[in-house]
Amino acid sequence: MSEHEPVTQKDGVISIPPLRGQRKWKWQSYRIEIDTAKNGATWWLPFVSVLLALLVCGIFIAANGMNPFPVYKKMFTGAFGTAYGLTETLVKTIPLLLCGLGVAIAYRISVWNIGAEGQFAAGAMAATAVTIYFPNMPGMLIIPTMIVFSIAAGGIWGLLTAIPRTYFQVNELVTSLMLNYVALLALDYFVFGPWKDPEGMNFPGTKVFTASQSLPVLGDTRLHLGLIFGLIAIVLYGFFIKYTRAGYELRLIGASPEAAKQAGIRISRHILLVMLISGGLAGLAGMAEVSGVTHRLMYGISPGYGYTAIIVAWLAKLHPVGLIVSSFLFGGLIVGGFSVQTIGLPSSISEMLQGAILFFLIAGGTLSKFRLRKIR
Amino acid sequence: MEIVYQMLLAAISSGTPLLFATLGGILIERSGIIQLGAEGLMLMGAVTACLTFVQTGSLTVALLAVCGISILLGCIHAFLSVSLRANQIVCGLAMTLFGAGLSAYLGKPVSGLPVPRAVPKLDMPWLEAVPFVGRIFAHLDVLTWFSFVLVIALHLFIHKTSWGLHLRAMGDSPATADVMGIRVQAFRYGYIVAGSILIGIAGADLLLVYSPTWTEGMTTGRGWIAVALIIFARWNPIRALFCAYFFGALDMLGFRIQLIGSEIPSYFLKMIPYIVTILVLMFLGWRNRNKPSGSPEALGIPYIREQRF
Repeated sequence: MSEHEPVTQKDGVISIPPLRGQRKWKWQSYRIEIDTAKNGATWWLPFVSVLLALLVCGIFIAANGMNPFPVYKKMFTGAFGTAYGLTETLVKTIPLLLCGLGVAIAYRISVWNIGAEGQFAAGAMAATAVTIYFPNMPGMLIIPTMIVFSIAAGGIWGLLTAIPRTYFQVNELVTSLMLNYVALLALDYFVFGPWKDPEGMNFPGTKVFTASQSLPVLGDTRLHLGLIFGLIAIVLYGFFIKYTRAGYELRLIGASPEAAKQAGIRISRHILLVMLISGGLAGLAGMAEVSGVTHRLMYGISPGYGYTAIIVAWLAKLHPVGLIVSSFLFGGLIVGGFSVQTIGLPSSISEMLQGAILFFLIAGGTLSKFRLRKIR
Repeated sequence: MEIVYQMLLAAISSGTPLLFATLGGILIERSGIIQLGAEGLMLMGAVTACLTFVQTGSLTVALLAVCGISILLGCIHAFLSVSLRANQIVCGLAMTLFGAGLSAYLGKPVSGLPVPRAVPKLDMPWLEAVPFVGRIFAHLDVLTWFSFVLVIALHLFIHKTSWGLHLRAMGDSPATADVMGIRVQAFRYGYIVAGSILIGIAGADLLLVYSPTWTEGMTTGRGWIAVALIIFARWNPIRALFCAYFFGALDMLGFRIQLIGSEIPSYFLKMIPYIVTILVLMFLGWRNRNKPSGSPEALGIPYIREQRF
């Protein structure tokens, strides 16, 4: 500790030199420190993050020999510029909204569910199973049955993550991700194997759903009833979190697990509940996708909705209204990513952007907690 | 005997990428930082190795490029988790998602192209004279030998040197380490970068040795299995070696059963490593239910002098 200068006394004032390593500027009158009490939620942060992510990815696009501005313009007009693009964006918003809401509930109490992709697939498979094993169910009954089965399947898939977490202290990140691969492999097995449409010319997909097995659509667009499901789920989520006892307990656990434990809340039961809801919502998203958009279960049904949902939830800061906005934005990003394929760029551009946005969000989230403090 | 020999060789070849990633993860987590970005780092390592090797044809250049990219990504991770004290779990998720997206974008031109055999084999025919084990070690490639050396070096480093003692100290109690005069923040930066390089090499090894074709998302969860292996190996390099080969063998088991001509659909065989990972972690959790897990005490808690979180 030789670099610590001795305490000096000058004009009767004792001045203690700063410890090494503490952030201190040369002119010594300001110090950067973290304000732990400040909640780092600033309204402009998501917008700045998106802009910075566009900037960084623009560099990569430029490195690929393209001018980033026309590319972004193409993405924007592809997603929001035309009526067709706008409805397509809304179609992609639906699964993101439901999955994003699912993971947001789990993240509220720091249960890191990254298994929305698998829970989505489980829901899609369950809904398809209903159409395959009960093909003659009356029209009124079929959609509700599919909904119930898909929510149950997604919820069970979520519980498969929650049970090891609560009873065996297994990290839920690893479990939920491993289960994603298991669910996707199961989906591949069904669409390549027993459920393959015999008249589908070897296309890896099931038979096309009948009209009564499909969700009603708006006019001649592809926009389907799933959007209403998403909005209802958002309202229920807001109500549940704000006005119910379980919701209050969830907020308490999120704010301080230690305090919640002292107050007699059984955290493990809440983890099970939350993963059940989280998985159920992702399962519902899977049902909405097969029944509303593709009208069949097929290979590669999800372009990574479950993973994008993670970023959707963070961009929204787990807030219900924010979720609507951010899932719309990311729906646009996916559609925009597809639309740049026409000018010879890979659609993975949108995945790259998503990752970069998350980076800037978390960096900004802590940066906005920093403050300058004057040292006297 | 022949089948056992074949299995062992297969386990080593598919376990080596896992081993590199696990060792890198151990180095990072021992310093008290959670490393969940392994999947993204491996993908970036693989795509960088593929691009540079196809361009230049030189293994050295490819590995140097992988190191460069990994250092860059490691610095980002370190800046976020050490300097900005961001949530390390979300940090790792961001690394995974960004790595997956960027690697898919960069790798588009080389997607599906076969990469020529890059890593030379160390042929030591005289080793075959050693009964049984000799045949296994006689024709391994350079990177596999490097991983053996690395396991021993890391074990000695962590458990037998004073730097290793400092590393363990800052992972268990950064405040105490700080008082001892260890520059916690600087060393954490160093270990994150070093570990990231190893994880990047894991990706390069996967591409250059194990499956020499770049495809989008080619790691298929190996980064996450490595995260589980760190827990499985209780943050110990020697145990990591055996754990990695165990999972390597599981990975290969599916292929073998398929080759024998089993009736089980290949999709279910491919699920084996994932399901076994969960079961093993559950078993460990059950066995160690009243014992410490062996994880660094301060894992995941950001440290800044004089401030509490």
